[in-house]
Amino acid sequence: MPTYKAPLRDLRFVYYELFDAESLTALPGFEDAGGDLVMTAMEELAKICEEVIQPLNAPGDEEGCKFENGKVTSPKGFKEAYDLLAQGGWTSLICHPDYGGQGLPHHADIMAGEMLCASNLSFAMYQTLTSGAYLAIEHHASQELKNYYLPKLASGEWAGTMCLTEPQAGSDLGLVRMKAEPRGDGSFLLTGTKIFISAGEHDMTENIVHLVLARLPGAPAGTRGISLLIVPKMREEGGKLVLNGVTCGSIEHKMGIKASATCVMNFDGAVGHLVGEPHKGMKAMFTFMNAARLHVGIHGLALAEAARQGAVQFARERLQGRALTGAKYPELEADPILVHPDVRRMLLACRAFTEGARALTAWTTLAIVDAEHHPDPDRQQAGDDLASLLTPVVKAFQTDLGFETTNIALQVCGGYGFTRDYGMEQFVRDCRITPIYEGTNGIQALDLVGRKMPANFGRSLRRFFHPVAEFLAAEAGNERLKEFVEPLAKAFERLQRATGWLAEQSLKSRDEAGAAATDYLHLFGWVAFAFLWARMAKLALEKEGKGGKEDVLFYDAKVRTARFFFQRMLPRHSAHFAALLAGCASTMEFPDEAF
Amino acid sequence: MKIAVCVKQVPDPEARLRVGADGAWIDEEGVAFVLNESDEYAVEEALRIAERTGGEVIAFGLGPERTREALRKVLALGASRAVLLSDPALLGGDALATGRALAAAIRQEGADLVLTGSASSDLGYAATGSVIAGELGWPHAWLVMGVELAEDRRSVRITREMEGGMNELSAVVLPAVIQVQAGINHPRYASLKGIMAAKKKEIREVAAAELGVDAGRLGRAGSRLETVSVALPVSGREVEWIAGDAAAVAAALVTKLEQEAKVLR
Ligand SMILES: Cc1cc2nc3c(=O)[nH]c(=O)nc-3n(C[C@H](O)[C@H](O)[C@H](O)COP(=O)(O)OP(=O)(O)OC[C@H]3O[C@@H](n4cnc5c(N)ncnc54)[C@H](O)[C@@H]3O)c2cc1C
Repeated sequence: MPTYKAPLRDLRFVYYELFDAESLTALPGFEDAGGDLVMTAMEELAKICEEVIQPLNAPGDEEGCKFENGKVTSPKGFKEAYDLLAQGGWTSLICHPDYGGQGLPHHADIMAGEMLCASNLSFAMYQTLTSGAYLAIEHHASQELKNYYLPKLASGEWAGTMCLTEPQAGSDLGLVRMKAEPRGDGSFLLTGTKIFISAGEHDMTENIVHLVLARLPGAPAGTRGISLLIVPKMREEGGKLVLNGVTCGSIEHKMGIKASATCVMNFDGAVGHLVGEPHKGMKAMFTFMNAARLHVGIHGLALAEAARQGAVQFARERLQGRALTGAKYPELEADPILVHPDVRRMLLACRAFTEGARALTAWTTLAIVDAEHHPDPDRQQAGDDLASLLTPVVKAFQTDLGFETTNIALQVCGGYGFTRDYGMEQFVRDCRITPIYEGTNGIQALDLVGRKMPANFGRSLRRFFHPVAEFLAAEAGNERLKEFVEPLAKAFERLQRATGWLAEQSLKSRDEAGAAATDYLHLFGWVAFAFLWARMAKLALEKEGKGGKEDVLFYDAKVRTARFFFQRMLPRHSAHFAALLAGCASTMEFPDEAF
Repeated sequence: MKIAVCVKQVPDPEARLRVGADGAWIDEEGVAFVLNESDEYAVEEALRIAERTGGEVIAFGLGPERTREALRKVLALGASRAVLLSDPALLGGDALATGRALAAAIRQEGADLVLTGSASSDLGYAATGSVIAGELGWPHAWLVMGVELAEDRRSVRITREMEGGMNELSAVVLPAVIQVQAGINHPRYASLKGIMAAKKKEIREVAAAELGVDAGRLGRAGSRLETVSVALPVSGREVEWIAGDAAAVAAALVTKLEQEAKVLR
């Protein structure tokens, strides 16, 4: 069974060395939240993840969730672990102190999210959905609703969900039919069915707060007529909690995340309240969705990291064959497979991905902090532009590559990886949902190309292009960085060309943009990784040989991983560039009947 | 009820150790230091007693400046204050000199009960607790698997683990020094609130001169034991497989243990 060690050193590196999260202490409300405090907290949470939550991962997968008489039972140990987190205050890391939260900056939640998801994705979902619901309510609900719900969500006493999907409304939320009828007292009665609702019903908390997309009477068709409502499982009546007409009809049997209940939820005249304005539900839900998309990008990173650790452990222990250049460990019966070039290729691919993804996640997260907390409106705008641009990339690129990485890690373990007892195949199965939920990766690519790329006449895009161009200009003469800067420059130039081409072609035919979207997103992802890897290499070279022995090893490995990334992985961007420029004709002219 | 708990910071058990340049200790560079595991049980026991009695826990740590981290950790777990003995004149001593300094600091602070772990995972003398008791002139118990405060709070009933699965139950009059056994409880995790609160709690530094103990009895100067050298155990790679059925393997093994290893006669 793979074990898990939280990558605290690398988290500290990306947030406090590569980026300057320490500077957040200058923002109002975060004065006390220095790196010392945040990392001490992460160390303690890491222990809980490693010792309590990760050991529930394989048994939870084996046992799954049970559905009986409308009730969902989570696997053994989940409730206790959930209570431990809630009682320790870990469910309210970034919640506002006014509502009983700890008031830490967003990146604390993101680091925590990686550790929790890597330890046990199914388990982590019960909690991350709650914090997503918290955010949507905090940003958009009336003060009265905030006062009522937020303290319960922050303390973890109540859990949250997001109810978007219906049988006929998946990617296309404009087709949502759930009805919300006003009762005349400011509340609404909801009737309809939602499906695929994660954590829709469970035994972790006494109450579950659903954020539901629905239509008010006379609402315009499509996404312009959708409202967001808050509907609890139990509503208060005469000071007592009573059932509110929200029931779970069944749970799905799935390929992965088996310990996360995916529920059909029936609303039978359930009482709810409007969050935000009528028909403006999509806007409010986007807060939730953006936070959730970033979180799903972290699912990809987290499972890849957990799988990578399992693969490394296996590759050190498994003795097969001899190194091609002669035995490396002659005293052993055979060399550990770690010596073989092909195994090293796989392990380094895993590493270059996880460390790159951690950096991209950090960059996006800190942009969100700027957007929400920076006193300077220009910085706020810049943070918002960059975060909304990068969010679909983080979601799709990190889950596509994250899934690929779990698969590579399994391959390292040979036949053992394929067996159930070994624990590696669970990472692959669990990770398979990540390119699907929270908006499929195809939808993310359309979001990037159709919405984010042209947003604000290209201003959002420039928030990414400008720092890359500046970095390239500043480092052009840096001999030591040449091996990183040159391939970055080449890939970046192609991204710019692809962007121009796409902008031009989209004017001619929207199919061009649609057909190119996924390749464009991947090209974008590779360039974003390359930019961050070049910056990480620069920093690691500056710190080369400095600090204690562990640090020396850390920075040395960083530079070497960067080298592997640029030489052996970044070339993949070329394929996306070429495929995209080929245009949509071969895709679109194929007759529908011939499929 | 005022409970003193003594904690030490030790190299992370998972750290890769190297012998230092002087050959008498490890090379501490790049080694992570953590709260000594068996002290975690003492801290937990102290917190539980304090919670039951409405008392307070005060943590004492002797060691270099980095010991502050271990104390901060205990504060995060719920201790109300801490005392740090990091004066160079107090460092590098054996259990005798270390126990004397801790006892002096505890005497100044005043305590009804002192709890310590069973042993440190680096040096493993398991003697500091007894020295503290000796210095204070208080009763002392070791290998304690259960601590229960008497109704009148004048004594504790303790359970000690004896050989052969037997327990020894006794009453110890307070104030006393109790050295608890690892496994006596399940140490808690620090809560986020605790960690945040710990930042603001007091860690009082006490200098050697403030202890009222003759300088010659403290630190290296006051030690009777000198570590001459340390070495990593030689890892042998020679493994001999004894093949055959169980009876034959057992017989061959006995012969080898008698004749080659000479551990059986
Ligand atoms: C385990 C699990 C948990 C989930 N949790 C939740 C939850 O908590 N809350 C919730 O509301 N939903 C949840 N979902 C639903 C999930 O978000 C949807 O499954 C997802 O958005 C895709 O919708 P769909 O399944 O209807 O697929 P469809 O929308 O039918 O898509 C099928 C395929 O068509 C593609 N496609 C569709 N439209 C377009 C287009 N316009 N352009 C290009 N390609 C397109 C998609 O990319 C996909 O490949 C969950 C689903 C699962 C399986």
